[in-house]
Amino acid sequence: MKEKPDVLQGTLALMVLKTLDVLGPQHGYGIARRIEQISGDLLALNQGTLYPLLLKLEHEGSIVSQWGASENNRRARFYRLTATGRKQLQAETRDWNQTAAIIARFFEVKAEDLP
Amino acid sequence: MKVLRRFFIRLSNFIAGRRADQRLQEEIAEHVALQTEENLRAGLLPAEARRQAVLKLGAAQAIREQHRDEQGLPIAENVLVDLRYAFRMLHRSPGFSLIAIATMALGIGATTAIYSVIDATLLHPLPYPHPSELVRIEADLPGVGAHDVGISIPELRDLQNSGIFQGVSLCFFGSDNLTGSRQPTRIAGRSVSPSYFAVLGVDPQLGRTFDPHDATPGFNNEVVISDGLWKSAFGADPHILGKSLRIDNDLAHVIGVMPAGFRDQGQTSEEVGTELWAAAGFFGPPAPPAIRGTRLPFETIARLQPGLSPEAAQQRLDVLVASSKKQYPADYPPQGGWTIHVSPLAETVVGNVRQSLILLFAAVGLVLLISCVNVANLLLARASARGREMAVRQALGAARIRLIRQLLTESLLLFVLGGLTGVAVLFCARKFLLQFVPESLPRLNDISINWGVLAFALIVSVAAGTIFGLAPAWLTNRLDVTTTLRQEGRGSSGSLRRSRLRRVLVIGELALSLVLMVAAGLLLRSFWDLFNVQLGFNPTRVVTIQTSLPNPNDPTTDIYRTATQEGVMLREVLRRNRTLPGVEETAVSDRAAIPLGHGQSDRRMIPLVREGEDVQSSQPPLIDTLIVSPEYFHLLGMNLLRGRLFVDQDLEATPLIAVINQAAASAYWRNQDPVGQRVRLLGRLGRARPDWTTIVGVIADARTESLADAGIPQMYVDIYQRPFKFLTFFLRGQVDPAAVSEQVRAQIQAVDPDLPVFRAETLDDVLSSSLSVRRFSMEMVALFAGTALLLAGLGIYGTISFLVNEQSREIAIRLALGAQRRTIFRMVLRQGLTLAAAGAGAGLVGALVVARLMASLLYGVSPYDLSTFAGVTAVLTVVAIAASCAPALRAMRVGFDPITTLRSE
Repeated sequence: MKEKPDVLQGTLALMVLKTLDVLGPQHGYGIARRIEQISGDLLALNQGTLYPLLLKLEHEGSIVSQWGASENNRRARFYRLTATGRKQLQAETRDWNQTAAIIARFFEVKAEDLP
Repeated sequence: MKVLRRFFIRLSNFIAGRRADQRLQEEIAEHVALQTEENLRAGLLPAEARRQAVLKLGAAQAIREQHRDEQGLPIAENVLVDLRYAFRMLHRSPGFSLIAIATMALGIGATTAIYSVIDATLLHPLPYPHPSELVRIEADLPGVGAHDVGISIPELRDLQNSGIFQGVSLCFFGSDNLTGSRQPTRIAGRSVSPSYFAVLGVDPQLGRTFDPHDATPGFNNEVVISDGLWKSAFGADPHILGKSLRIDNDLAHVIGVMPAGFRDQGQTSEEVGTELWAAAGFFGPPAPPAIRGTRLPFETIARLQPGLSPEAAQQRLDVLVASSKKQYPADYPPQGGWTIHVSPLAETVVGNVRQSLILLFAAVGLVLLISCVNVANLLLARASARGREMAVRQALGAARIRLIRQLLTESLLLFVLGGLTGVAVLFCARKFLLQFVPESLPRLNDISINWGVLAFALIVSVAAGTIFGLAPAWLTNRLDVTTTLRQEGRGSSGSLRRSRLRRVLVIGELALSLVLMVAAGLLLRSFWDLFNVQLGFNPTRVVTIQTSLPNPNDPTTDIYRTATQEGVMLREVLRRNRTLPGVEETAVSDRAAIPLGHGQSDRRMIPLVREGEDVQSSQPPLIDTLIVSPEYFHLLGMNLLRGRLFVDQDLEATPLIAVINQAAASAYWRNQDPVGQRVRLLGRLGRARPDWTTIVGVIADARTESLADAGIPQMYVDIYQRPFKFLTFFLRGQVDPAAVSEQVRAQIQAVDPDLPVFRAETLDDVLSSSLSVRRFSMEMVALFAGTALLLAGLGIYGTISFLVNEQSREIAIRLALGAQRRTIFRMVLRQGLTLAAAGAGAGLVGALVVARLMASLLYGVSPYDLSTFAGVTAVLTVVAIAASCAPALRAMRVGFDPITTLRSE
């Protein structure tokens, strides 16, 4: 139970940052919807866990937030990527791609390929 | 960076008590509203749409908690809560808290007290920059068994030019007569090479110190004075620089004043308190010329090149010594085996005090350990009382780690409060306690409770609290919840393990206190033996009082240049002293002849050349030589064995004579009669003629040099043949040492008004202060042993009472079934005795090891002294019986009403 959210949180943070990068300022619901849409049914996410994560990212300086008006003109909190957050996103994207490529290569290798 | 930013924001939120709950509530409400709308659009009924939205969000309470944790610092919050709770718990059982805190205050306070002495003495013996670079240089002649023979000026220059040292300095501690002030005073002074302060690396507060490159022969008439002397003798005169003062009739100019905190290096508090430094070249008049073979019996200190270890320096020195031997074969005969070695100055200035202090620290460490064990025992007892509380909390879902953390917080709070109390008491009583520290400790005046000492106390408290708090906390948490809850009131299930641990702790306590008592017993026996040793001289009713004659650099200004000139003055002072009320006998000697009452620097080791021996081919042995007047032997009751003593007819012009002790006779004239043999005494012995000296008598050995060693070869020469500058007058009779000082001062100054008179002491006092370090460590260890015994007694009492409480049901049943009260009493007592026996067994093994380690501190008693071991074991057993008696009696009384006991459960 304990380890799962940690792994998830690492990737979830990346998803949040990417979403804000693509869509611009968003409120929590918007981010959750977007993540759901993209991942389809593959990712069963408790949407609420997003909020402690958003607070953590804000403490780390990757995003900032402020009150604004939502689509139906209600008060909602909007999150926006900062310069630091953009840099972090780039770095993490690079790392992720690298890790993914390495893992992919491991899966491709067959026994007869080895010298 | 990221992590740090996050931490600081959380910290500031925590401190400000900021909460973002409101914001989260709003966000979640909005989130659910948006999701509900979405669901409605998808065609769900309103109630179901909302239900689905809430489900999708997840557990709102958990999210809120997570969010709150992220907002602040949950660990810090928990600590605060635990602390608040711990304070409440302490407050709730004040008796327990008070005893635990007092026990820890005792342990930590005592440890901190000894640590503050060690901190000043062993850890910071040299208050100078880069103290590890400072070394002492000693030359030895192992071939003739001569140690620290001093170095000559050419050798000093070799060392200075060797590139091994930043600076090398000779120094000589002595006293000087300072005249011109209200009363001629004698001050502690040092003659030093001009590089002395450069070697120490200390700057003056006023003026300058000596120019390290000054190569003036003799004295250059410049002096540096201490802040203390500046204030006391010159009223802190801001224009002191360049002013002249008279030291031993020599005119000298003050060129600098050292800062108030400056302490000289040295082995005694007298040396450390040096007040005046005179620069000397140590060659040319009045010193001997700079010849390689003329070694100066002074101390040599040096500062190593930065980064050079003493070992590396020693290797390079060995090379230097080898090349010197090759270059000057005549000066270094191979039999002597001349070597030079360096040792860290920090070690040599501490000297033999180190062992005693380490012993004390070990002893107080044991006391600390015992008090920790005692408190751990109390905590265990309480843990079993709180078993139910813990079980309930666990059943309600408290994490184990959380409970351990809370119990640990409680014990840490206890230990830290104890430590703080101990240090506070120590701080208030420091002036009082310092009286007991022997004055011979080199850095007595620097002992203080500084930040380092406080940090030590805090670290010890926290470490002890963690170690000894963890065990009870751990055990409490290994409870089986259901069983505990079910059984509570009839003794909890963890009690077996706990009472086993308690027994182990008490056994450990008893063992440790036995070790301490054995150490104290052995020290006491040694001290007692030394105190009652056959002295070989009679110190009762003898007062010594010192003076020193001026020792001017220009011999023509010296009115006491020859033995005859000085003799006239001595005889006149002795005659006048004899007329003082109550005085029966008088004598005069040099300072080295005060039995057991002189510093190592006063000791005079003279090369002894026997007639018929080839001086060139062998290095002569060194003999401890004392200069005395004829009356000295009779006044101190020393017995003549053969030949004769000095008489009034032995004068400067008559043949030189000497008296030796039995040890010297058997060491150097093994199969001959030493009386009539002739020796040549080399080196500077007064202004002796290098003539042959005839041995005229042999006296019985007396322990005048060392209480512990009776067989030190000694030679006495006549003060009327070999005059000396530092004098001691002896008076025997019914005299009041307080009043005699003024009377003798009047007599001496009636003969010469410029002579200072100082330090009147009875020989009994001298004797007892020569034992001061031994007495101090003996008393301290005995005190610690007593404390340990008391704590161990309390420990055994507590444990047995606890066992009786736990077993009260069993006892009641036994009584109900017809057991005798006496049997119950015996059963409980047997438990106490079993503990004592186990503790004594373990303790005896430990004591054997410890006794072996402290063998060098003992005198006249074997480290495995049977009577000490037996006596201590007996004492421990008696205490154990006494401590078990009260609970045993209580156990017996349980029987008066077994029914109530059984029902109450």
